[in-house]
Amino acid sequence: MDKQLEGVLGFFDRPEDLVTAMGKVRDANYEDFDAFTPFPVHGLEHAQGLARSPIPWITFFAAIAGFITAFGLQYWTSAVDWPLNVGGKPFNSWPAWIPILFELTVLFAGICTLLALLFFCGLPNIKKRSFDPSLTNDRFAILIAMPKKPAKAPKRDFRAFDENEAQSFLQKVGAKDVRKVYAQGWF
Amino acid sequence: MSTESGMADTAEILVTGGKSYADVSDDVCRPLESFPTTKWWVCFIVAVCCALMGAILLTRTFLEGIGLWGLNHPMGWGTDITTFVFWVGIGHAGTLISAILFLFRQKWRTGINRAAEAMTIFAVMTAGLVVLTHTGRPWLAAFWLLPYPNQRQLWVNFRSPLVWDVFAVSTYLTISAIFWYVGLIPDIATVRDRAKNKIRKFAYTILSMGWRGSSRAWNHYEMAYLIFAAISTPLVLSVHTVVSFDFAVSQLPGWHTTIFPPYFVAGAIFSGFAMVQTLMIITREVFGLKNYITLNHLERMNKVIVATGLIVGYAYATEFFIAWYSGSAFERFTFINRAFGPYWWAYWIMASCNVFVPQIFWFRSMRRNIWVMFIVSLYVNIGMWFERYVIIVTSLHRDFVPSSWGLYQPSWVDWGIFTGFVGFFFTLFLLFVRVLPSIAMGEIKGVMDSPGSKAEALNG
Repeated sequence: MDKQLEGVLGFFDRPEDLVTAMGKVRDANYEDFDAFTPFPVHGLEHAQGLARSPIPWITFFAAIAGFITAFGLQYWTSAVDWPLNVGGKPFNSWPAWIPILFELTVLFAGICTLLALLFFCGLPNIKKRSFDPSLTNDRFAILIAMPKKPAKAPKRDFRAFDENEAQSFLQKVGAKDVRKVYAQGWF
Repeated sequence: MSTESGMADTAEILVTGGKSYADVSDDVCRPLESFPTTKWWVCFIVAVCCALMGAILLTRTFLEGIGLWGLNHPMGWGTDITTFVFWVGIGHAGTLISAILFLFRQKWRTGINRAAEAMTIFAVMTAGLVVLTHTGRPWLAAFWLLPYPNQRQLWVNFRSPLVWDVFAVSTYLTISAIFWYVGLIPDIATVRDRAKNKIRKFAYTILSMGWRGSSRAWNHYEMAYLIFAAISTPLVLSVHTVVSFDFAVSQLPGWHTTIFPPYFVAGAIFSGFAMVQTLMIITREVFGLKNYITLNHLERMNKVIVATGLIVGYAYATEFFIAWYSGSAFERFTFINRAFGPYWWAYWIMASCNVFVPQIFWFRSMRRNIWVMFIVSLYVNIGMWFERYVIIVTSLHRDFVPSSWGLYQPSWVDWGIFTGFVGFFFTLFLLFVRVLPSIAMGEIKGVMDSPGSKAEALNG
């Protein structure tokens, strides 16, 4: 079977080297590149030029939705659908609803944060196999990826992807072990 | 303390034994990849037998009714709710360690957070089972627990603390489970990539959801983790607050006090840390994880135990003071009856286990002695169970009118069911340490010295 080239992968042993090399890869103006690490390496997101994650916005709106849902549920069931006199309290006895307002706010926020996380990380992922077992253990890698398809209107001119050139570039920035990697599913 | 020097200081203490990244994976995954030891089997079989006994006794209860328990007028609640509050309380330490210590940048949490979170989830699951089964007819309980459209066209009473409790505990269980699982994903990926066996590889691939450790994914992951910590922090404080409302919102002397929410939360953290301590001491011993759960970790836990123990002791004293200061004869009687009435022994077990015994941790040598802290943690577990027993039993058994007084004696079925829940909890925990990494490898690696800084130190 013909394997689809995914890109060129260069390995590093130390997180600091990875961050330094990542800065150079970014400056080299490749179109698509990424890093693979066993734990979050601090400073890498700046070196790679990653934008801040939009997840907090989703959490925020989910929290508001949870709050409104909780209020709506309690108001509608207690004061509209079947108003029931409990100990002479008003039907809309909102102070008694605060605990559930809080709980559902947190519940909605938490579940939506999880869904957003899975969405942005592309999980569950069955199409892309991990490149090397050491990447979840003790090594770090930079992938200079082959661009998916020629972009219709590139925002800026990227450096043309050439696997041999990318390999020598990764070696130049200090990668210990450089190899071509091919797209492969998990199963 | 500046962050830079702080990091250097703690990085040295957090993991001992000059471990490399690969060593961390090897050490943490070893218990998962070898056949369980005899010790593990013995513990597991005992725990499963206890759980089975509890299941049998609960089945009998469902068939015959809760008359098998010691409950009778005026005691509507006994060991059942005591055990529920006990387990919910224990469930507080995990999220406290994961979330609050995370927000406070306490890096020492990395050694213990995973197992503590697992403990939280299993404790809350146990608590949920206790409270469901204590209804005697759990299949009917859904009707007044959850607001769902039903044939009676009635809704639950949202003004009832018992309904708040349902929402609080189930939200807490859900969010803790999410927090725990998100933390596990990268570590399951590590286990997956080490797996040799095909079925094993398949199972861990599914569990890891195909995580690859891409830095783009880490970028979102870290943000989400921070958010989970931020929303779990008020949540963990809310849960036991709401549990305390079950009591505080009532009119009964001994329950009807405004001090209950903070008092319950402090007690929950106290008992949770004691249970984490008990489990950590065993886990590090049995699985050889002493380089990751170090004496320094245990010492810090002991400091939390003595601090929260003092808060609990202060709450006991305040309750007494207010009982006198309120001028209410009923309130005053309840507290004198608590300490010197028919249940004086329960009160003094509570006071000695929770307030007096932990004071030994003022001495550094005691804080760093494994045997001392193990025994103290057991005392605190016992003391905190009795705290809830005292609150429930001594308040209920003598209320306003002497004609409605009574005494409570748990039956052997009560004790059997209690033991069953302990067995259930330990069964889950023992399975956890066998199939999932009990230490957060990714987080440990993140707070370790990088191999580079070690090489530089050697070269001068």
